[in-house]
Amino acid sequence: MIDVRNLTKRYAGTTAVSDVSFHVARGEIVGLLGPNGAGKSTILRILSCFMPATSGTVRVAGHDVFYAADEVRRRIGYMPENNPLHLDMRVREYLKFRARLKGLNIRQSRERVDIVLQQCGLTEVTRRIIGQLSKGFRQRVGLADALVHEPELIILDEPTIGLDPNQLRSVRQLIKELGKKYTILLSTHILPEVEATCSSVLILHQGKILASDSAENLQKNIFRNVPVVAEIAAPAQVLKDAWSDLPEVQHLDITALDGDFHRCSLTPRDGTDLRPMIYAEAIRNGWILRELTRGRHTLEDIFVRVTRNEKEEEQ
Amino acid sequence: MQVFLTLLRRELGSHFFSLTGYVIIATVLLLLGFSFMDMLSKVNATPTDAPFTEVFYVTLYFWMILLLTTPVITMRTFAQEKFTGTFETLMTTPVSDLQVVLSKFAGSLLFYLLTWLPLVGYMFALQQLTSSPSTALDPRAVLTTYFGILLVGGLYISLGCFASALTRSQLIAAAVSYGVGLTLFLLSLRSLVPVPPEGWQAKVFTHISMTEHMQDFARGVVDTRPVVYYTSLTLFFIFLTWKVVESRRWK
Repeated sequence: MIDVRNLTKRYAGTTAVSDVSFHVARGEIVGLLGPNGAGKSTILRILSCFMPATSGTVRVAGHDVFYAADEVRRRIGYMPENNPLHLDMRVREYLKFRARLKGLNIRQSRERVDIVLQQCGLTEVTRRIIGQLSKGFRQRVGLADALVHEPELIILDEPTIGLDPNQLRSVRQLIKELGKKYTILLSTHILPEVEATCSSVLILHQGKILASDSAENLQKNIFRNVPVVAEIAAPAQVLKDAWSDLPEVQHLDITALDGDFHRCSLTPRDGTDLRPMIYAEAIRNGWILRELTRGRHTLEDIFVRVTRNEKEEEQ
Repeated sequence: MQVFLTLLRRELGSHFFSLTGYVIIATVLLLLGFSFMDMLSKVNATPTDAPFTEVFYVTLYFWMILLLTTPVITMRTFAQEKFTGTFETLMTTPVSDLQVVLSKFAGSLLFYLLTWLPLVGYMFALQQLTSSPSTALDPRAVLTTYFGILLVGGLYISLGCFASALTRSQLIAAAVSYGVGLTLFLLSLRSLVPVPPEGWQAKVFTHISMTEHMQDFARGVVDTRPVVYYTSLTLFFIFLTWKVVESRRWK
């Protein structure tokens, strides 16, 4: 669906994107993950034919974004950063206007607008002025606009920025729902968002792709040495002996908590999941186990890790 | 064509969605009302042979309306869309740059012409009030006056669109089109331009004198020279606007 080869974009003085290549297959939901200023928006703007690349080729559905921009624009639904809308228009009126712009005739546009209003849960606000809607609803209007002409590819730039937790969840749900039918490329700087919605991830840092993999593999590879925390009621020495016997444990750390409980923090070797073993051990010894969690990595950890790997490779 | 009409409708509609549109209409109504009183006192004081359109024209209200309203009408066309970001959603739909430029120009020009409609009413009211046969209202003179309003308005609207396409700030857009528009107007006042009354310089300035062109139109005279002058300048500014919009995609 998307084929990007050696894409470079230079602004006066700075290089926003340098030599990026990636491929997105039809039907995927791909997350473009990176901190602010990593070049996410730049890539999406080039993909949506808003501005040209300095060098490299970008093809969407087989059409070059520079030489066949009209063909590409017909096939994509694009929601830019901060979701700009005409705030003085009413919801249905706006979607109809957009549908007509995208080349649908009167009958088609009426049908499609009705469908996307339903799809995006906007049926109650069709006659409201967009400027008076809450941010969650506005986001839905933006999404409805992106898919009103049944595009092959939907490009969303930070679709959940500034939403409250409830709105966040419902917009993510909606994106996931849409992912069953469309190819979606979205950008974000929030890691859980990628985990919640995307099938594969591209990690972008300072205009370069650091890692690209499925969300699961990324978890496995980058999260491999995350400590597992277990809170167990047993004497400290017993616990220490039991964990030392497990060959999979690389490092352990035990601290006393209230009552008989101890907090064991165990770092695995080679990315094994220690949780089942800990559970089995607790059952075997009749220990009370009140918490068993695997630590989570924040985006910063991932960047630190991935950039460190890269430096090591260079050396 | 569908895209152009959709955009035109939106463009025209946006003037009526915003308060600015009504402020412009109110201002034009106020100025036209003053000019009506002015015309009335002039016709009463000294009966004249000149057609009403010319009587109106010499009150200078025409130029006030032109210079005051066109920058305000056009300042938003591109600058606002760039500022709010809707320009990005617009330019990522399958519309061509030229369609966008033409629809914005046409929408603003149509709105500008709409604000001029009350003038016809004043003309007929004046005729009813004075009812002297020598100053009968000539519909053809009214038509040529409107033709002049269209031509000069077209030039100022295209200039305003160009200024708006250059920037994200509506204020700067308005200031630029005020500046250039006022200069164009002042150049056409012979008394202000220090050139000898004879010679080629004088000829050039007669050629670009908008006040003289408009006086002709108000008398019912349509000369091809000003028609060519205004349409070519208007097309030139539309072309520049088009290139400015397109420049975003230059490599």
